[in-house]
Amino acid sequence: MDDVVEFVRVSKTFAAYRAVDNISFEVRRGEFFSILGPSGCGKTTTLRLLAGFEQPDADGGEVRLLGERVNERRPYERQIAMVFQSYALFPHLSVERNVAFGLEMRAVSASDVPKRVAAALELVRLDPGVFGRRMPAQLSGGQRQRVALARALVLEPALLLLDEPLGAIDLKLRKEMQFELKQLNRQLGTTFVYVTHDQEEALTMSDRIAVMSNSRIAQLGSPAEIYENPRTPFVARFIGESNFLEGTAVEPDGEGWLVVDDGGHRWHLPAGPGVAGGRRVSVAVRPEWLDLFRPGETPAGENVLPGIVRDVVYLGETLHVVVRVAPERDLTVALRNEGQLARPLPWARGDAVHLGWLPGDSQVLEAD
Amino acid sequence: MNRLPSWLIVWCAGVYAFLHIPILVLVLFSFNDSKFSVAWEGFTLKWYARLWERQDIVDGLVASLWVATTSTLIATVLGTLLALALARGAFPGRRWLEMLLYVPVVTPEIVVGISLLVLFVAMGLPLGLTTVVIAHVAFNLTYVVVVVLARLAGMDRSLEEAAMVLGADEVTTFWRITVPQLFPGILSGAMLAFTMSFDDYVITSFVTGPGSGTLPVVVYTMVRKNIEPSINAISTLVLVGTVILVTLADRWGRNRPLAGP
Repeated sequence: MDDVVEFVRVSKTFAAYRAVDNISFEVRRGEFFSILGPSGCGKTTTLRLLAGFEQPDADGGEVRLLGERVNERRPYERQIAMVFQSYALFPHLSVERNVAFGLEMRAVSASDVPKRVAAALELVRLDPGVFGRRMPAQLSGGQRQRVALARALVLEPALLLLDEPLGAIDLKLRKEMQFELKQLNRQLGTTFVYVTHDQEEALTMSDRIAVMSNSRIAQLGSPAEIYENPRTPFVARFIGESNFLEGTAVEPDGEGWLVVDDGGHRWHLPAGPGVAGGRRVSVAVRPEWLDLFRPGETPAGENVLPGIVRDVVYLGETLHVVVRVAPERDLTVALRNEGQLARPLPWARGDAVHLGWLPGDSQVLEAD
Repeated sequence: MNRLPSWLIVWCAGVYAFLHIPILVLVLFSFNDSKFSVAWEGFTLKWYARLWERQDIVDGLVASLWVATTSTLIATVLGTLLALALARGAFPGRRWLEMLLYVPVVTPEIVVGISLLVLFVAMGLPLGLTTVVIAHVAFNLTYVVVVVLARLAGMDRSLEEAAMVLGADEVTTFWRITVPQLFPGILSGAMLAFTMSFDDYVITSFVTGPGSGTLPVVVYTMVRKNIEPSINAISTLVLVGTVILVTLADRWGRNRPLAGP
């Protein structure tokens, strides 16, 4: 038994609104597990069910912690820790007293408390001598963040819940904290469940990600699985950027299928569960997996779509070339910037081009 | 830096003069060495000294302090609990209950006084300081609830949730997190209630019994018999006390965290 958290067909309904709809997943010991989704997708409710602030519906499945059913257990009976979006530091208590609060509640012997508080503050790289006596109002956002983390970690919890803890701090500090959180997760072996709406944050830190949409889990997998093999249009769109193509599967063709799109263009797809003769198929292709060629120069074995360059967008690291392949239908190609001053792109607005990509880079999507 | 136009300064000065000159006159004449307070005849403290010779004023002061303290304590506890219920409860009719709360505030005092009198008589309660305390709780409660509600609205719910995840049960969370957070609001509500109770004349005059007048009632009785400057003196003292309390209430009521232990 190495699952710290198990959700077994859990549902939660508020009045008439089903905030969490029949979701199941497990979080493994020591894992950095992210719940990712747009606001209102049910990710916060999922976390609150885990913390014990909400109970599942009467017939709403089971929440299990360390192998035990905890549906009715109060938050203080769960032996977990949590970092809140607003930090939720107690404004009337000093930093030390904030960090000591959980230890006092768990009846840790008074002689151990100062040692453990100091160790926890050092763990999050705050000098106990400098910050211990300060009040939360005297700290910067980043420092409050660290105190909140120390207050949770001082309990040496099996499970740490984090509710968008980096939402309120600036970009540079956020990158730093992302790295530190990941370090702490490895170093302490604590299981992290991290809720965020920031796809980049989830991709950088997580071992696995549950992408939520409309109160359900749209996809659960490693960052690479989620990014490289999105299952639905929602996932493809929410994580990174994607081009979408549609067509009708016509006939099996060697390893895969031949598809004819609405413009009459023919391209190939790998065989997959969603592909069958006469079926409509919906396909996502990441911009960086498309390439541009002069008409007729596309290498053999790649799919080809003709189009006209509409725009070239300079993004620094990459360049996006927007190509119109059909009326009102643009695809984006991401090209590495090899230096526009020394080696400018050979493409300009109005050029006729061929888009090329390998059939294997097409991800066949299910309906949302 | 914007300079105010001079006409605006003059206008403001006029408004403040209108508000405060009567009070200044009262304070001034409490030091006037004249039985008939129409002209300045020299400085004296004898009207203040005379206050302590008048048993009715001393009794009134004691009664007022007792009524204000008792009614404030009761109203503060009840009002804080009511505010918590209104802010946190999700029961049917919650909005209505909150609206009903303001009815005693907007009802003319004389109506409140008469209705309480009718109620007490109908219930067969003997009129005296007890009925005064009950009446004062009735109108004080609203002030406490309103102030505590405002404080609650500014309080981050996740503070309590954080305490619970850290291992504090509901009762511990209430005493160690909720109460300290609400304390400035509770204290400021209590001071407001104390002031309202101490100053009240109209309602008190209806529900008080013979021989148990609070200070405002005693003063009013004195005024009707004969005007002497010791009334100015006691009014000045009440004024000073009230101003101090209101200032303190305002300071505590500011939305700021309390200093830690």
